Amino acid sequence: MAIFLQQLINGIAQGGMYALIALGYTMVYGIVELINFAHGDVFTLGSFLCIAILALLGVSASGQIIAGWQGALIALLVVVLAALLCGVIGVLIERFAYRRLRNAPRLAPLITAIGVSFLLQGVMRNWKGPSEISFPQFLPNPTFAFGGVHIDLRELLVVIVSILMMVALQFFIYNTKLGKAMRASAQDRDAASLMGINVNTTIAWTFFIGSALAGVAGFISGMYFGTTMFTNGYQAGLKAFTAAVLGGIGNIAGAMLGGFLIGIVEAMTAQYISDQWTNVVVFSILVLILVLRPSGLLGEQLPEKV
Amino acid sequence: MSAVLSLVGVETFYGRIQALRGISLDVRAGEIVALIGGNGAGKTTTLRTISGLVRAAHGRITFAGDDITHAMPDQIVRMGIVQAPEGRRIFQRMTVLENLELGAYARADGRSVRGDMDDVFALFPRLAERRSQKGGTLSGGEQQMLAIGRALMARPKILLLDEPSLGLSPILVETIFHVIADINKRGVPILLIEQNARKALQVAARGYVLETGTIVKEGTAADLLADDDVRKAYLGED
Repeated sequence: MAIFLQQLINGIAQGGMYALIALGYTMVYGIVELINFAHGDVFTLGSFLCIAILALLGVSASGQIIAGWQGALIALLVVVLAALLCGVIGVLIERFAYRRLRNAPRLAPLITAIGVSFLLQGVMRNWKGPSEISFPQFLPNPTFAFGGVHIDLRELLVVIVSILMMVALQFFIYNTKLGKAMRASAQDRDAASLMGINVNTTIAWTFFIGSALAGVAGFISGMYFGTTMFTNGYQAGLKAFTAAVLGGIGNIAGAMLGGFLIGIVEAMTAQYISDQWTNVVVFSILVLILVLRPSGLLGEQLPEKV
Repeated sequence: MSAVLSLVGVETFYGRIQALRGISLDVRAGEIVALIGGNGAGKTTTLRTISGLVRAAHGRITFAGDDITHAMPDQIVRMGIVQAPEGRRIFQRMTVLENLELGAYARADGRSVRGDMDDVFALFPRLAERRSQKGGTLSGGEQQMLAIGRALMARPKILLLDEPSLGLSPILVETIFHVIADINKRGVPILLIEQNARKALQVAARGYVLETGTIVKEGTAADLLADDDVRKAYLGED
């Protein structure tokens, strides 16, 4: 039982990360019907940017621990800056790579997205080299024990941050003017224009928010695993994409649910079957969902147009 | 009376296909103008061009003296040109209230939105009953009411209505035309597209007949209702 609970916590922590990335996929798909394959790489870029910002602040991978409010402040500064930078990069990608192709056949922006993905990977490889790089572990990491289950601060951080971001996003989407404009544009772009919504600006904001969340995920992933690599986003991105599809692509609550489920499935597979089989299981879910229930767990099946 | 909205020689293309071949029409202060014509004549394209959803390749569109030919759709709405599009196009996964709120999206005066919503509910009591329901769960007639109510929330200076009676029961058609006349009485000019040419011309002051992207006839509604060609082609008479 303790093992099961332990793995459940691991799964939730890992799943929180997938969920944060999945939100970007699902928000962008919801509004422009594009699977933004570069999104996973924006996530990795988030980790890289955190390392760079930490270096500027004088924090390196030497293992120095910064305790107390100072550490918390640095963490906050790093995550906010990385989120903003990733957000801006997301906006630039949309502006220069996708916008002109918005009314082109679907395959064109999809291939462009794969191109942007390679571009970002290339930039990161040239920047930090082709091998694993370590992410400074500057926060203390006390472990809390509940019965037989151990949670360390990092896991707690991952879970808390990802849930906070999701609650904030959900509030934003349903209660702010821009959030409503995003939902309206996702449902019917022309009708949204006829409400006086500037759809281009709204789409840009969607990329900003999705990419900023990927930036946050980049930070917590770095804190959690302690390393990153320029190809990290490829697989994490595909798994987050699976999470988005599992929940129902375009559905925000679905992306969160899918993220946590994929994380838990992965942890349980690693524990009870084998580490080697996690990808097989996860991507089998992708195939099964696409074949059996393409609208996903929470996907609505309302007619889109009359 | 001077024209509020005016199109001069407007040509619109979808790719290489020319949908509008030089349309000129006016809507003057306070009047209802009917635009009638068969399927594919270019009626909806005319409204889409005015709203900026498709670009005019040639010609000029002016509103209250300002050239809006190259304005963006959201700017056009902000100027007060508001459209209730064909097929209603309400936001299916949003509630009636949210749909109405979005109608007022472009307005700067947030405080009067509630009062305007009450006006819409007075016009369409059915919408008040269903205010918390998702748009997609409404009947066709209710969706049409919502589409018109949503357009009114923008406080239009001119209203563009695309097939407001399409697919509705005869009783609802009466209601909708009643409301159209009512809105117009408050001083809002309306450009009305209708398959139901008879009803449209009965409520309108003037009309234009559109065929394959060209205006082939124009005149007062009474003249058009009496016109032999119009009677044969659009009013189902011999």
